Amino acid sequence: MYIFVYKSTQRLPGLIGVMGGRMSLTSSHRADRMSSKYDVLVIGGGNAALCAAISARRGGASVLVLEGAPKFYRGGNTRHTRNMRCAHDAATEILTGPYTEEEFWQDLLLVTGGQTDEDLARHMIRESKDILNWIVEQGVRWQPSLGGTLSLGRTNSFFLGGGRAMLNALYLTAERLGVDVEYDAEVTDIVIEDGMFLAARLKRPIKGETEIRATSLVAAAGGFEANIEWLKQYWGEAADNFLIRGTPYNRGSILKMLLDKGVQEVGDPTQCHAVAIDARAPKFDGGIITRHDSVVFGIVVNKHSQRFYDEGEDIWPKRYAIWGRLVAAQPDQIAHIIFDSTVVTRFMPTLFPPIAGQTVAELAGKLELDPAALEKTITEFNAAVRPGTFDHTILDDCVTEGITPPKTHWARKIETPPYLAYPVRPGITFTYLGTRVTKEARMLMADGKPSANMFAAGEIMAGNVLGKGYAAGMGMTIGSVFGRIAGREAAKHARN
Amino acid sequence: MHGTRILDEADRLMTVCNSCRYCEGLCAVFPAMEMRRAFSDGDLNYLANLCHSCGACYVDCQFSPPHEFNVNVPKTLAVARAESYAAYAWPQALSGAFARNGLVISVIAALSMAAFILGFAALNDRSVLFGVHTGPGAFYRLMPHNAMAALFSAAFLYAILALVMSVRAFWRDIGTPIGGRADGGSIFQAIRDAGELRYLHGGGVGCYNEDDKPTDRRKLFHHLTFYGFLLCFAATSVATLYHYLLSREAPYPWWDLPVVLGTLGGIGLIVGPIGLFAAKMRRDPALLDENRYGMDVGFIAMLFLTGFTGIALLVLRETAAMGPLLALHLGAVFALFITMPYGKFVHGIYRFVALVRYAQERRSEAGS
Repeated sequence: MYIFVYKSTQRLPGLIGVMGGRMSLTSSHRADRMSSKYDVLVIGGGNAALCAAISARRGGASVLVLEGAPKFYRGGNTRHTRNMRCAHDAATEILTGPYTEEEFWQDLLLVTGGQTDEDLARHMIRESKDILNWIVEQGVRWQPSLGGTLSLGRTNSFFLGGGRAMLNALYLTAERLGVDVEYDAEVTDIVIEDGMFLAARLKRPIKGETEIRATSLVAAAGGFEANIEWLKQYWGEAADNFLIRGTPYNRGSILKMLLDKGVQEVGDPTQCHAVAIDARAPKFDGGIITRHDSVVFGIVVNKHSQRFYDEGEDIWPKRYAIWGRLVAAQPDQIAHIIFDSTVVTRFMPTLFPPIAGQTVAELAGKLELDPAALEKTITEFNAAVRPGTFDHTILDDCVTEGITPPKTHWARKIETPPYLAYPVRPGITFTYLGTRVTKEARMLMADGKPSANMFAAGEIMAGNVLGKGYAAGMGMTIGSVFGRIAGREAAKHARN
Repeated sequence: MHGTRILDEADRLMTVCNSCRYCEGLCAVFPAMEMRRAFSDGDLNYLANLCHSCGACYVDCQFSPPHEFNVNVPKTLAVARAESYAAYAWPQALSGAFARNGLVISVIAALSMAAFILGFAALNDRSVLFGVHTGPGAFYRLMPHNAMAALFSAAFLYAILALVMSVRAFWRDIGTPIGGRADGGSIFQAIRDAGELRYLHGGGVGCYNEDDKPTDRRKLFHHLTFYGFLLCFAATSVATLYHYLLSREAPYPWWDLPVVLGTLGGIGLIVGPIGLFAAKMRRDPALLDENRYGMDVGFIAMLFLTGFTGIALLVLRETAAMGPLLALHLGAVFALFITMPYGKFVHGIYRFVALVRYAQERRSEAGS
């Protein structure tokens, strides 16, 4: 039986066309429905989950969203995002020029080094064109690229007010459409038989029920980046020193259940997106504001005051994502970006102020480094700097000679006090391990057969497209595109 | 460190926000913030007065409470804004009026209305006070026109002087060079931005009131209040011109310009403040500076009283109630005038000045 909720007092573009003439119920039937069966159950509460819920609802299905986090922390990593990468054939009000499907594909090929599913990726890129409009119909608003992100002005559409504003808009739309949403709704088990989803079990009863049955499942519950124990399987004790950029609720429990119950896995489990963030950041949910853009303006040393990588290898937007792993490989997973007062206004203002010293030794003391070792490193570095014309907007000719590792661009002497430093640690953004899906966002079982009624969207299946690497805004593209598809297909299955 | 704790907190928040910048498309505060890396007291007072308290940045912020970064820009800037009113008050001896503003405004209003009633009673025969007066000059049988004009001009001119002195201090403090003038283009831009309440819009969807669902209710009621006030002011001005240039004395017939303007304005000043009060009662307390409740409500009440007594006077001006109502109306208007520099009225002045400064900054940034 199909149950439709349509509140006739609300005018919603698109809905009337889809649902015109169907029976309507009011929210007073909600309690009944809790104990009965939903057409589509969405587990997760971020961009992918909400796009799936809205798309399924617009497809005529009754929908329940189970978000494991409390309301304030809803949406997983989406709350920290700010833009989405979609293909478009012409400039728009907020995008400065065209970004063709082919160019998008080439960029994806480049960042993943070919570790992608071409068929699926091209399908996603094609669908991304329409997402630019569809997401606006769901209440999300765009704005031109933020200050300091001009390099993304042509390719990426920014959410007005950021990711939480985007989420708020999606939740408002979902609720107006009649999607039921439950917070603090942790799923403890998923009942699957022969590749067929039957029910989800809950830690906390909702309306007296601890088991939710549904005709279709959309799993959009993200990765396991906040699950330190799981990270330790691949990283060992070093993972204790990782900071997690998103909420503590991204524990990957749904992903684990699905893989344990016979869904085929995809993606390298040891891979994660990690950047160097301020060591003073909170353990969880420090978000975007703990990042540092200053590596290219100075040197980076480990706890022994030794440099360990070419800080000037390439322009920052192309290199920021390797520094998390680089710092993770250093003793105690700590490093320090060291620069002087001449460059301090060249990068975005930071949340935490730089640690300052009038001498290198004083700075070393504050950083708990060996003063003699740091002085030696800086002296040797300064001696190796060759004359050049500094320009941080291009790959300039300021290089070092005779030291290892070299600094191949933007190398300038660190000699004007106060000497400044930011301590950094690995900040984990997301993981790559996921469930394998088809173009319909349908999960594939380990035996290669498609599941009858299980779909996945967002970070939980991002590994299908992203074998490794990352380009800004792609996580949200994967979420919205496959969320919309998963919702549509889940509703279609439920109605057949 | 800043002069006050609230400015320290505002500085902390601007440092957080300046390293995020997700909100830069929502209003003028964040683009103005991005033009700076450090914040003086004047900068923070400027940003505080630029904020229209729409609430969007609170609802959109991933770091608002209960997050440990505890980012609540609307509330912090509301407190800083209210403290800035006292900081720039002229003369400084009267800045204490902002501390218990609700009480101060109510006492002055009550005294002012009582003074007019007592004055009317003392100076007029009982038969005149409760008499029925019609035709040109009816009001002036209770209070001579010249006395009325002199008293209200004095009150109004004092208010203007105090406001000008306050604005001078504010203008200097927010970073304009000494002797620096606002250009015509920036003033025109600020008039447009203030006139349409451009930034009281939650980034486009309406401002946030009781919850995370935006509406335009506060904007609508603010428009009714503000334009109601302007219409009433225009009515008085036109009537003054009639009196001196055309020698036509009030009261005027209902279809005449001063009465039409005053009636429309009076309705705005009744409906607008009621709506603003209702919206305030329902507003999410997380966004409010609760200590300034008295100041906000006091001003809303004064505007309502002005509109209400004005309309009552119009309706009942040909009855025996005219005398007492005229006293009440004049008392309300007099109290409104003399408290202008020491109450919520100043929010419009400082916000307008901040908008001029913002327009100026935008122009010089675009030009550089």
